[in-house]
Formats: sequence, structure tokens, C-alpha cells
Amino acid sequence: MLKVINGIIAVVAGVGGALVLYWGLNALVERLPERSEERIKPYVFIGPALVMVTIFLVYPAVRTIYLAFFDASSENFVGFTNFVELARDRDIRVMIVNTLLWIIFVPAISVSIGLAVAVLADKLRARGEKLTKSIIFLPMAISFVGASTIWRFVYDASKPAGTEQIGLLNGIWTAFGNDPVGWLQVRTGSFNDFLLMIIMVWLQAGFAMVLLSAAIKNVPDETIEAARIDGATERQIFWRVTVPQIWATLTVVFTTIVIGVLKAFDIVYVMTGGNFETDVIANRFFTELFSFRQNGRAAAIVVVLIIAVIPVMILNIRRFRAEEAR
Amino acid sequence: MSTSLPTAQHTGTRPAGKEAERGGRGTAPKGGLEGRRTVVKVVLFLICLFWIVPAFGLLVTSFRPPDAVRTSGWWTLFVRPAEFADMTLANYQAVLDAGMGNSFVNSLVVAVPATVIPILAAAFAAYAFAWMRFPGRETLFFCIVGLIVVPLQASLVPLLQIYSRVGLTGQFAALWLAHTGFGMPLAIYLLRNYMGSLPREILESAKVDGASHFQVFWKLMIPLSVPALAAFAIFQFLWVWNDLLVALIFLGSGDNQVVTIALSELIGSRGQDWHLLTAGAFISMIIPLIVFFSLQRYFIRGLTAGSVKG
Repeated sequence: MLKVINGIIAVVAGVGGALVLYWGLNALVERLPERSEERIKPYVFIGPALVMVTIFLVYPAVRTIYLAFFDASSENFVGFTNFVELARDRDIRVMIVNTLLWIIFVPAISVSIGLAVAVLADKLRARGEKLTKSIIFLPMAISFVGASTIWRFVYDASKPAGTEQIGLLNGIWTAFGNDPVGWLQVRTGSFNDFLLMIIMVWLQAGFAMVLLSAAIKNVPDETIEAARIDGATERQIFWRVTVPQIWATLTVVFTTIVIGVLKAFDIVYVMTGGNFETDVIANRFFTELFSFRQNGRAAAIVVVLIIAVIPVMILNIRRFRAEEAR
Repeated sequence: MSTSLPTAQHTGTRPAGKEAERGGRGTAPKGGLEGRRTVVKVVLFLICLFWIVPAFGLLVTSFRPPDAVRTSGWWTLFVRPAEFADMTLANYQAVLDAGMGNSFVNSLVVAVPATVIPILAAAFAAYAFAWMRFPGRETLFFCIVGLIVVPLQASLVPLLQIYSRVGLTGQFAALWLAHTGFGMPLAIYLLRNYMGSLPREILESAKVDGASHFQVFWKLMIPLSVPALAAFAIFQFLWVWNDLLVALIFLGSGDNQVVTIALSELIGSRGQDWHLLTAGAFISMIIPLIVFFSLQRYFIRGLTAGSVKG
């Protein structure tokens, strides 16, 4: 009970503090002579937001790039040593291959499933369509940790052969007379990586479906009718009429999921901790920072991440400019 | 992102509303239609099964007695229906007593201010970007748009150093401030686009009546922007609630730990605590699921607009 009361006090203090800040700033500006008020007021409005962005995003990002050239304790300049060490590390090479697998397969599979459900559910009656979409979309509300818990009960391999299994996959597997398998340790063909990727796909396909479904419904009926009158098959209509018209959305969904994958560390952290050669870039960052206390190397990994998202950043600004110009 | 911006023109019912009217497009009357419909239904059924069974398994497990959880799969319940009689809420009681209740309160204490503060700051900034003229407006806004995708990992090392110097690590305020900063670019971007799409006449007539910017903001802009504010609020709240990385680094475990940390620690300690893990997982999901089922429309809008966040 005390906990709850303390909590309420903390919430009120946090929110109230922010309100008081704005009220005070405005009262201050209102007192200024009218001409200077007009000139200063925009900066009062954007000021606190810009201060927050500067302290919590811009300054740290710049400083991180700077720290990437310093040692573990951020004290001595070491040049490119962190990058060279990372490039030489065998684990890191495994990690890079894994990360590449993730950013190719997770978006591709998520978009395929999302598109398939969007197109197929469209052919159902309204109630069936709504139910199907809700089911696929539901995991979007669940945290990565929650999803990992759910899938842990699918992949579990803690029970030896001959006893009842508690993991669903081994339950099915042993029902066919096989011995239980430690699924998350199977490296053949990066099998365990793909098992972890399934969790991410399970979470992200709903996002792809919602956006693609909206885009498909925006395709003008006339274009489809015209193709049909010309004798096109359903398949031709889909590939030659619908897909070109939703292409922009497809790329947005794809890049969004790529960025999500680059930053997601939770699944690997919770499921394997990066063991069994399942490490990915975001988890490696956490390991360097927290387990190894290697600030410099952690920063060097972030520099790689930043370079990876720069193309998307430019793309976003361009797209925004084009929208503004319209 | 272009497809997903909430603007004033299409508030209320976006695609969700249209779906109902238009169900069944593309089923041209042709031969073999029934057969094809069946194939569609089977494929969708299988996909849905794949999506639902893992979650259903966890839900069922959370009501089974600890011994049963440890020694047999949840599906045995359907093989030996007599076990239904043993279903219990004891796991929930146990995990709440073991600190999950405490973590649940902590998550709320973290998530509420970490949602309200960025909205407040972003709404002011968005108003200025949309309706005030000042030098550097365009450039600043482009910077904001660019910052949306910057991975938040880029901030963590220096922030951790600052926080430990001023003694903020382990405090709730550390997370409020961090999430406020991280959520700001997206919030400004969404709200500015929404406010910018409101008709200029409303604003100008208020100005003619002698209202100040501050009055226009509170009495006009905030009430008119409720759909965009709600969409961002839901997105940010769930994002903070579901976050593990930022909480792990700035808050850590202990008395102030949030549900995601509590849950990840339960996963780590395997073996004995399987039953606690299942109940704990659902306690951590209950708020997001309520939001999902009650505010699905806003939720979709917020998510689709916000998934690119760093």
C-alpha cells in the first residue's frame, strides 16, 4: 500500500513538475513587451523539447562516436583499436553473419505473411476477416520478453528422453518416437537463429499486415475492374496491378522492420544470451557494455549501427520533403 | 511512414471502418470458386493456429498446479481432462507475492510520466513548428525527422556516465527523462503533421478575437488534436511498458525493477520457477492486452505511425 502511495506521489511530482515549467515560462514571456514577445515565444514553445532532444539524443550520439576511439574506461585515446579488435574477433564475425540473416529473413518473411493474410482475409466475410486480422495483430501488444516467455514453452528441452516433455516442439517430436532435441543449440544451417527469428516474425507480421491491408484497400477498384475486363487472371491482377500500386508501402514496411531488427536485443538476450552462436549486434552491444564493461567497444558497435541506419534516415527526410512540397 | 500519418482529414474510422463494407472484394464469380474459398480458409486457419497456439499454451499453463507444470506439457490437460479439476489461481498469487505486484506498480510509475511529459513538451513544440514563424524552423524540423530512426543505443553509454555522476541511476526519474528524450522526435513529428493539417481559418479567427498563442494552444489545438495525442500516448505508453533495454541499463533490478526485468529474471532462473514464469508473463501483458482490446483503433494508428522509433 505504501508502495502505491509513493508511486502516486512520484507520478504527480513528475507530471506536475513539467506543467509548472511551462506555466512559469509562459508567465515570464507574457510580461515581456509585445514585439519581443512575438519573437521569443516560438523558442519558449520549442525550447524544452529541443533541450531534451539535445541532452538525450544529439549530445550522447556525438559523444558515443567520440568514445568509440577510447579504451574501456573512456580515458585513453586508442585510435581505431576497438574497430580492429572487433573485426578480428571470431565471435563478432558470427554475430555479423547472424545479424545479416536477421535483417534479410525477418522482414522478408514478415512482409510475405502480412501480405498473404491481408490479401486472403480480404476474401472472407467481414467477421472472419476481422477475427483473423486481430489474431495476427495481437502479438504487437506483447513485449519481446513476454513473447520470449511464450516461445520458451515451445522450444523447451529441459526434460531428458523417456520423460514427458513440457516444450510443445519436443512434445510433437517425441510423439513420433524421436529423442528430445535441444532446439536452441542446433547450429546446422543456422537452425537456432531461425527459431529465434520466428519469434520476431510472430511479433512483426501483424504490423506488416495492417499497413499492407490499408494500402490494398486504397487501390482504386477501377484499375482492378479494367484489368479483369481485359481478361487478366486473379494472379496477374495481383502481381501487375495491385503490387505496383502498394510498392511504396511495401518498402516502408520492409525498412521499418529492418530497423526494428537491428535494434532488438531482447529476444536473443532472454532466450540464449547470445550463446550457441546466436549473437546479434544489439545483444553484443549490451554484452560489451554491461558484462565486459568495454565502453569503447560498445561505442564502436553503436557507430556501426548508426552507419547502418543513415540511408534510412536520408530516405525519411527525402520522403518528408516530397510530401511537404505537394 | 507516408502511408501511416494520422491527419485531420481522415480521423475516426481509418481502414478499420472500411473493411466491414468491402469484405469479399476480388471474389469474381468464376468456376471453382467454392474450392478456392476453402483453400483460402484452410491457409488462414493454419496461420492463425500458428499464431495462437503458443500463447494459448502459456495461458493454460499459468492455471496448472506447479508440479504439473514441471512434469508434463500443457496439452496433457486435453489428453487427461480430469486435470481440469486441478486448475488454480495459486501461481498468480505466488508470483504477485514474490515481487511481481511491486514491479507492476513500478511499471505504472515509470510509464505514466514517461508518456505524459513527452506529450506535453512535444505538443508545444509541434504547435510552434506548425503555426509560428521563426528563423531555422525548416532546418530544425528536418533534424527532428532525421533523429527518429537513430538507434537509442547511441545514447546509452554517455547517458549512463552522466547519470552515475549525478546519482540518477536506479531512480524512476532517470527513466522518465530518458524516455522523454527518446520519444520526443517521433512525438513532435506526428503532432506537427496533425496540427499542420487543421484548417488555418480556425486559428486565424481566434487570433482576430485577440487570443494569445498560449490560449489558442490550450483552448483550440489540444482539444482538436485528441486523436493524434491519443495515438501517440498509446504508442509511447506501450513502448515504455514493454521496454527492457532502457530499464535494464538505468534502473536495473532491485526494489524499483519493472515488470519486464522481473520477467526476464524469472526466465533466467529456470527449473523450479516455471509456474511463476507463466503467471508473471500474463501479469506483465495484462495492461497491453487491455489497451489492445479496448483502444484497437487508436492503437493501430499509433503503432503504424510509430514503429520506426529509435
